[in-house]
Formats: sequence, structure tokens, C-alpha cells
Amino acid sequence: HLATSLPLPSDSDRLPPKIDLIVFMIDIKNKYSLKKVEDSLAYVDPSYFLGKVCFLVTGVGRVNCCSIEMNAVWRLGEVYCSPMLFCELELEAVRVSTAQRLVRMLQICAGHIPGVSALSFSSLMWNSA
Amino acid sequence: DPQRTAFLLRKQWTLYSVTPLYRFSDTHLKDYARLLSISIAAEKQKGLAVEVGFELDLDIKVDVSSIPDLKGSDQDHAAILVQLSSRSPASSKNSERKLIWLGCFCCVSGDDLSKNLPKDFTYLPLFLVNGAEKYTSIIGSWFQTTFDCCFHRLAISPFNLSWMAAMWTGCKVDKTASATELVFSVPRLPQPLDISYAIHPEDAKALWDTVQKTPGEITQEEVDVFMDCLYSHFHRHFKIHLSATKLVKVSTAIASAHCDGTIKFLQSKHLMGVMMLLTELAISQIE
Repeated sequence: HLATSLPLPSDSDRLPPKIDLIVFMIDIKNKYSLKKVEDSLAYVDPSYFLGKVCFLVTGVGRVNCCSIEMNAVWRLGEVYCSPMLFCELELEAVRVSTAQRLVRMLQICAGHIPGVSALSFSSLMWNSA
Repeated sequence: DPQRTAFLLRKQWTLYSVTPLYRFSDTHLKDYARLLSISIAAEKQKGLAVEVGFELDLDIKVDVSSIPDLKGSDQDHAAILVQLSSRSPASSKNSERKLIWLGCFCCVSGDDLSKNLPKDFTYLPLFLVNGAEKYTSIIGSWFQTTFDCCFHRLAISPFNLSWMAAMWTGCKVDKTASATELVFSVPRLPQPLDISYAIHPEDAKALWDTVQKTPGEITQEEVDVFMDCLYSHFHRHFKIHLSATKLVKVSTAIASAHCDGTIKFLQSKHLMGVMMLLTELAISQIE
């Protein structure tokens, strides 16, 4: 599911979707994207922060176009105890490998990988950062 | 002495960061000028003269001088100015020369780094250029070869531009000051679109005064609040989120800066403050 902000619009005809992983995308060239993410985080149930949330920071290839204070981004990862991935969407190879990483994380969060829980995986990523 | 730095005002300068110069000496400035003249003459011979606008017979004189007033602290090395002046061969020997190119190496309050420099290095991290690119490349190449240094265009990120907007708005200016103008470039449109946001300088200063808590000190939070106020005001009227666009140019009565790395100093009173900020940007680009 893609959304530009949370909460998701409620559709009373259908059951709410089952969500295994929430990826918040922040574009460092776009200050508004950081604000949207900060506002949306307030609508996430706290249980998701046990390994089912991650931040994807894009636009990192062009430091000269940076509109955001990077410390604010780091702080977000610390405050919400969630891993942070960095990627440059314009490079195909990086895009593909980032997508593969996200799929792997999703498999873990959905419980498809025996022996690895979302919480244990995220604390592994969190500690190695 | 404001007269000696007046040459910096009201010209468009292109900015570069420069790595430390190896074995540069203030006592050899006349020799450097002579060697630069030879380089320029050699380039003319090489065939660059075929280029339209590079007059074959133009008599170019090179001057290299030191500007002791252009520095921040005592640890800074005094600025070095390179000037190219020309005179057409048709005019008499005594006629006035015309200034055609200016290049200024300087360091304003670059304290932290000059402390740890090894003996034979001179640290002048900021380079300002006004004049034709063809001379910039000849003179830049000569410096790179002679002093084993590197020049890089200094880009100014939107993040740094917003600091400049806040800092310069906070400076006291007289009644005739020009408007504070911010220019934003909107990404990912089929036709390029720029949005220009002009604010009356007194209104801008009044806003900044309500945000800044300690005079003489500016925090990241204060810059963010200031910019967010401007963005919300714009959104209320035009329903456009300027924070989703790229800030590309900031113009105030003090100075105007563009993200391509060009600057114009408009007031001598705050000149050194701006130079200090640019020196800091140059240093962080080098690192």
C-alpha cells in the first residue's frame, strides 16, 4: 500500500489491511517530506515500533541539494528506535538492492523466516548502525 | 579600511574552495604575476586565440597583490588578489587600463584548520572570481600546477541558503533597504518553474526578531521556525508547500547568494560576516 500520509483513509466497506512493515520515506531534498513523516508517526500504533517500522532516506547522492538538517533525521531514528536505510533512487543498482533489502525485512516482519523475529532483526540492525 | 575591500561590493562573484597551497610565498608576488603573464601569452599562442572574442593583440597585464585588511583573525593569512587589466594596442602607452578579471584568495576566521597545518602550506580556502571563464581556467591551472592545490566550485545547499536568509534578515538595515527575496525551483515539472517570494525587509526583520532568543546567537531551531513561518504564510495564500521545493536563491540588502555558488556583496558593513560564512562553507567542502 502507498500513502502520502497517515492515518489511512478509512473504508468502512472493507476490513482494514494487514500491515507487516511500515517504511517511511524521507527525501533530503524535500523538507516537506520530513514534516509529513513526523506528523504521520503519531498515528502509528506503538506495537509497530518493535521492529515493524523503518525509515528510508533518499536523495543522499546529492549533498549539495540537501534541504534538511541531517541531525533531525538521525534523531528520528533514535527516538523511534527504528532502523534507517539510505538510498539514491536515481541509480538503478541502488534502487534494486534497496528493494531487495526491504522485501527481506518484510519477510521477517510477516513471520515467514523461521527463527528470526521482527524485533530481534531490528535490534540487530539498530545496534550495528 | 573599507576602501581596500570596496572592490568586493556589487559584483557577481563565483565561488570556489581551494586546498592548501604548497610553498606559496608573499615575497614572490611579482614573480607570480610575471609567470602568469607568460602563461596567458602562451595560451593565446596555442590557438585559444582562434576563439571568438579572444582578441589576439590585447595587451594584458597581471598584478598579484596582498590585501592585509582582508582577513578575520591574526591566524588567517592575508588575502591575495590577482588582477588582469587590458589595453587595446591601438591606444597610446599612457592610456588607462581596463580591469577585465579579478580573483581573490582569502581566509576569514578559518582558525580551526590553520592551527594544524604543516610548515610549508598556506591556507586560503575561499576563492572568489569575477570575469571571463577562459581566464579563470588559465589562472586556475597555473595555481594548481605551481602550488599543487585543487579548486572546486563551491555549491551552496538549500539548507545553507536558509541559514543565510535568517542571518542576513536579522542584520540591521536602513529604511531604503531592498526587499528580502527567496527564489524556489519546483522539481519534476515538464516546464521549469521558479517561484519568487519577496518580503518587505522590515516585516522580515520583525518576524526574525520574534524568533531569535539571544542576540548574536542563532540556532538551527530558530532558522527552522523562521522559514516555517514564511512557508505557512505562503501556503495560506497560495496553497503551495514551498518546503517541498528547492530554495535556490536568497537576496537581502546585505548580500545575495545562489545555490550554483555565486554571491553578490551589497553592503560593506556586513561584508566580513558574510566572508566568514563563505570561508566556513569552503572549509567544510574541502573536508
